[in-house]
Amino acid sequence: MKARFLIPFVVFLILVAFFFFGLGLNPHEIPSPLINKPAPAFKLQQLHDPSKSFSVEDMRGKVWVFNVWASWCVSCRDEHPLWVEFARSNSLPIVGLNYKDQRPDALNWLQQLGNPYVLSVMDTEGRIGIDYGVYGVPETYVIDKQGIIRMKHIGPITEQVLQEKILPKVRELSL
Amino acid sequence: MKRILITLCLLFLTSSSFAKEAVPMAEDPALEAQLMRISKELRCLVCQNETLADSHADLAKDLRREVRDLIRQGKSDEQIKVYLTQRYGDFVLYKPRVNAKTWLLWFGPFVMLLGAAVGVGIFIRQRRRALREEPLTAEETARIKALLPKADT
Repeated sequence: MKARFLIPFVVFLILVAFFFFGLGLNPHEIPSPLINKPAPAFKLQQLHDPSKSFSVEDMRGKVWVFNVWASWCVSCRDEHPLWVEFARSNSLPIVGLNYKDQRPDALNWLQQLGNPYVLSVMDTEGRIGIDYGVYGVPETYVIDKQGIIRMKHIGPITEQVLQEKILPKVRELSL
Repeated sequence: MKRILITLCLLFLTSSSFAKEAVPMAEDPALEAQLMRISKELRCLVCQNETLADSHADLAKDLRREVRDLIRQGKSDEQIKVYLTQRYGDFVLYKPRVNAKTWLLWFGPFVMLLGAAVGVGIFIRQRRRALREEPLTAEETARIKALLPKADT
């Protein structure tokens, strides 16, 4: 008889546990199906020199970071100083995907805030963005020597994300 | 007269230039119908509680354009859904596929319903047993008679 009164309590505890873990999840952090898959191929115009193009193949043999940014994107401004600092202290190449932007705006933005990218490519129509499953700029991918996507971060990076998520991954891949 | 005609022509010219905003939606009604059917089952990833059909987010527009292109290429609904899940994951589907990960989601409610039904069944059976009528024993009848002398029993 006593055990019976415990039933609602146990149900309550289960509910609390569900809420605790469920509400702790971020609905904007959608696991990308692209992890451990080859980075989708593209060939795009470079931002600084439209006569030159860039494709994923060009980075074969290198571990690199692919960062989606745009001059109209507010949170890109947040993370930008971190990338500038990162580029100064690391040899890791950062390639920018200038997403749905205008060339003059993008160039102006980099001139004002600094350019951490070895180069940026222009995805004016946002089609390459769709291939990479981009739905909120900024997004960051870590791609290994074989051109496989090993990590994706959605939203602006923070010092913590950089130190605890991105750098360890890069070190592991660079071995 | 000529002057009036020219003025009228110019007037129409201006009005047609204002009409630029109207997007040619019904260019191909069959295509738009298929687009609507598919995009109703797809989630807009920016505003996650809207379908791709309803959303006005830029990404939704881009994705609709992408789906429209795929339809023009003659892709089936299923192929288009695969195309999008390869990029955005199962999350993009409003109707999740049945697999090991979504098993609980699909069948959990039925399991709970079954559990509740079993629980109610047990409860009813227990109550029925508790409420079963038992005839009075001879001793009890005698006591009642003693307590209620005027009773007919």
